Amino acid sequence: MKTKNLIYYALISSIFLFSLVSIWKILVTLQGVELKNFNFEIIITLGITISLLNLIIGEKLNYLIKSTLFAFIFTFVDGYIVQVMPVWYNIGIFAILIFFTLKINKYSQKYLASEHSSQIVIFDFLTLFGIVLFSFVILFPFYMMLITSFKTQAALLINPLDFSINFKQDFKELFKSYFVIFDTYKFGRYILISTFVSVGTVIVTLLFAIPAAYAVARLNFFGKNFLSTSILIIYMFPAIVLVIPLYTVFSQLGLRNSVGGLLIVYTATTLPVAIYMLQGYFKSIPKELEEAAIMDKLNWFGIIIKIILPLSIPAISSVALYVFMIAWNEFLFSLMFLDNPNSFTLSRAIQYLSGDAETPRQYLMAGSVIVTIPVLLIFVYFEKYLVSGLTAGSVKG
Amino acid sequence: MSDTLSKIEKRTAYILILPAVFLVFSIILFPIFANVWISFKEVGLKDIRIPEPRAKKIVKSIKDNPDQLKVIYKLRNSSLILEIRDVKLQDKLPKNIKPINLDERCRVKSNKIYCDFGNWEAKYKENFQILLKSSDGKQINKKELKTIKPKLTGKSDNILLNTNFTLKNFKKVFFQNEFFDLLSTTFYYTFFGTIGSIVFGILTAQLVNQKFFGRTFMRSVLLFPYVGPVVALAYTWELLLDPYSGTLNNLLMNFQVIQEPLNLLGQKYLTINFFGFDLKLRLALTTVIIFEIWRYFPLAFLFILARLQAVPKELYEAAEVDGAGPLQKFISITLPQITAVISILFMIRFIWNFNKFEDIFLLTGGASGTRTLPINVYEQGFTISDIGMGSAVSIVIVALLLLFMFVYFKLIGKRADEN
Repeated sequence: MKTKNLIYYALISSIFLFSLVSIWKILVTLQGVELKNFNFEIIITLGITISLLNLIIGEKLNYLIKSTLFAFIFTFVDGYIVQVMPVWYNIGIFAILIFFTLKINKYSQKYLASEHSSQIVIFDFLTLFGIVLFSFVILFPFYMMLITSFKTQAALLINPLDFSINFKQDFKELFKSYFVIFDTYKFGRYILISTFVSVGTVIVTLLFAIPAAYAVARLNFFGKNFLSTSILIIYMFPAIVLVIPLYTVFSQLGLRNSVGGLLIVYTATTLPVAIYMLQGYFKSIPKELEEAAIMDKLNWFGIIIKIILPLSIPAISSVALYVFMIAWNEFLFSLMFLDNPNSFTLSRAIQYLSGDAETPRQYLMAGSVIVTIPVLLIFVYFEKYLVSGLTAGSVKG
Repeated sequence: MSDTLSKIEKRTAYILILPAVFLVFSIILFPIFANVWISFKEVGLKDIRIPEPRAKKIVKSIKDNPDQLKVIYKLRNSSLILEIRDVKLQDKLPKNIKPINLDERCRVKSNKIYCDFGNWEAKYKENFQILLKSSDGKQINKKELKTIKPKLTGKSDNILLNTNFTLKNFKKVFFQNEFFDLLSTTFYYTFFGTIGSIVFGILTAQLVNQKFFGRTFMRSVLLFPYVGPVVALAYTWELLLDPYSGTLNNLLMNFQVIQEPLNLLGQKYLTINFFGFDLKLRLALTTVIIFEIWRYFPLAFLFILARLQAVPKELYEAAEVDGAGPLQKFISITLPQITAVISILFMIRFIWNFNKFEDIFLLTGGASGTRTLPINVYEQGFTISDIGMGSAVSIVIVALLLLFMFVYFKLIGKRADEN
């Protein structure tokens, strides 16, 4: 066993343990429990001790007994000697310790003797550390968004760290922010408008994109190469450059403040991606099917409807989901084109709500939850389709 | 025979692509040209409205004369700055009704009144009257008269269509707009945002490329910031980072990491004492860049992961036999495999970050040293209401992007040749 490997192992494992415990402490603090210190020295010392003991004991004890023993010691020191904590906090710490000790169980004195073991140990723990840290950093804002929407401004003023939700209160009291934004701020209407614009964009985009993609994929015509490269270049073009001319022209044509105007712009901006993704898929459909159809005297329209469409349902649905998500999340054009609260989309409505400094933040967060949930649900549910499409076309953003 | 077939094919192709091409042309390409046009003009937000002649029709009965009515047209020019030429009014009269003592500018022809008002200067207003008399002695139906709307026509200059050009906007962009400050802020934002998202993309892709419990779940979680609506995420961050009620500052103070709350989005500089040197960090800009990285590293993650999964496993196995550690494997196998993806990603993200508007607008509104060029387009166009100036800034953005793409492709092209 090399000393260098041993030091790396002990240090990095205890730092990993410290980060796990700290994240747990942050979450506990946000439930209103008073906790003022991460106790860096104590946790690190305990972590190093446990890591070393793990090596010394090795396989002399059954690994389950060993884990439970370590977890029990740690919980006892952290939760009863250093500070007295509620039982549920200690249960969490106990679970973290079980997880941790099971992870370090695979390292033995023999393992640490090999040449690259310190690198492997570092990589192993960096991986674990990365998983925990990235999940935390990404999910934390979403978590805060959700729980803030259940609190009241007054409660947060008293203790800005107490995000505990009182489930005993009345259902109406608990979801008060949601009731308020639906009753007072007409969010029902905005949901309808957003849905209408997004679904409309999907339908119109597909109507325009499917024939065009078919032509690009299958037919020979002058300017075809130029067209397929320009699709990509247009896709790169920034929306902010289009804003002023579109604003002036739409103002003069009276298309501002109209859902129709928004729909036209969304369709035009999503068309290049849609065509690009669809033509890639159409190319993969065997040509023989169409040749047979031409023999049967089917015209192009018939070919698209009867042969291409049924075969490309997965591609079309993934394009549809994308376009829906882009249109649903879109903010820049809705900010520019809509200034009448009667035709706001959800995103624009939330931005309008935040413009008033008096708006309590739980309303803002309730609105945010409402606009976020549909896209996240769609994304999680259809993830397989979307991920393969994302790398092919990539959502603009 | 085959000749006609290919002709049919061509014609069909054009029919199929025409709607899409037309729409993209009118909404994306036309505005880009229009931008060039507008950027050479002095146009304000208020000039956009085309001046219109307007008339409000009021019908009044006359006390002593039940068979007569007075119609008042409140005429005005809707524009405060432009004149309207050749204003004409046309109104229909119900049957058996004749005007008396008609204004000399008007004439009657088959139940219709035609009036020629000539030119109206800006802000023009007039109350124009017509007396009507029923020719058959019956009482005039007031309601019927009211429901008929007068038609007004007139010619006016559309400020956007005339050919008065000026270089004023571009002079202002470069000399009165703190242009180099804007440019450097935009560059910092774009460059560090791009590099950061790629670095985190590599790290996370490397993570998820390993086998562990909950890997697919992890993959969807990593994409959440990218698919979530920007408005919701930006406001959540704003609440988290608020100096007084924000969770982050309260947490940091609770755990005694900092003594004073940090105004992460509202403070331009943070002075850090670093071994006796005072370092000035652009605090708000850094925060905005971190948000940017948080939101867009998933794109890099996805691309790089897709590439990593295509790397043949044998390469790694061979390296293991040779006794290479994880670090060596990463440097000598993984990195060369993903350079192509990274160079594409760098270009895509650089271009998109360069044009990013929503994120900064929602987080800081361009205050405290986070004003980038796209934010400036919005400010010039809609806050200061100088449309021409806003256009000029966006033209500068396009020019810089084209320059970037040109240089980038030159460099990348050279590299590709060498390989």
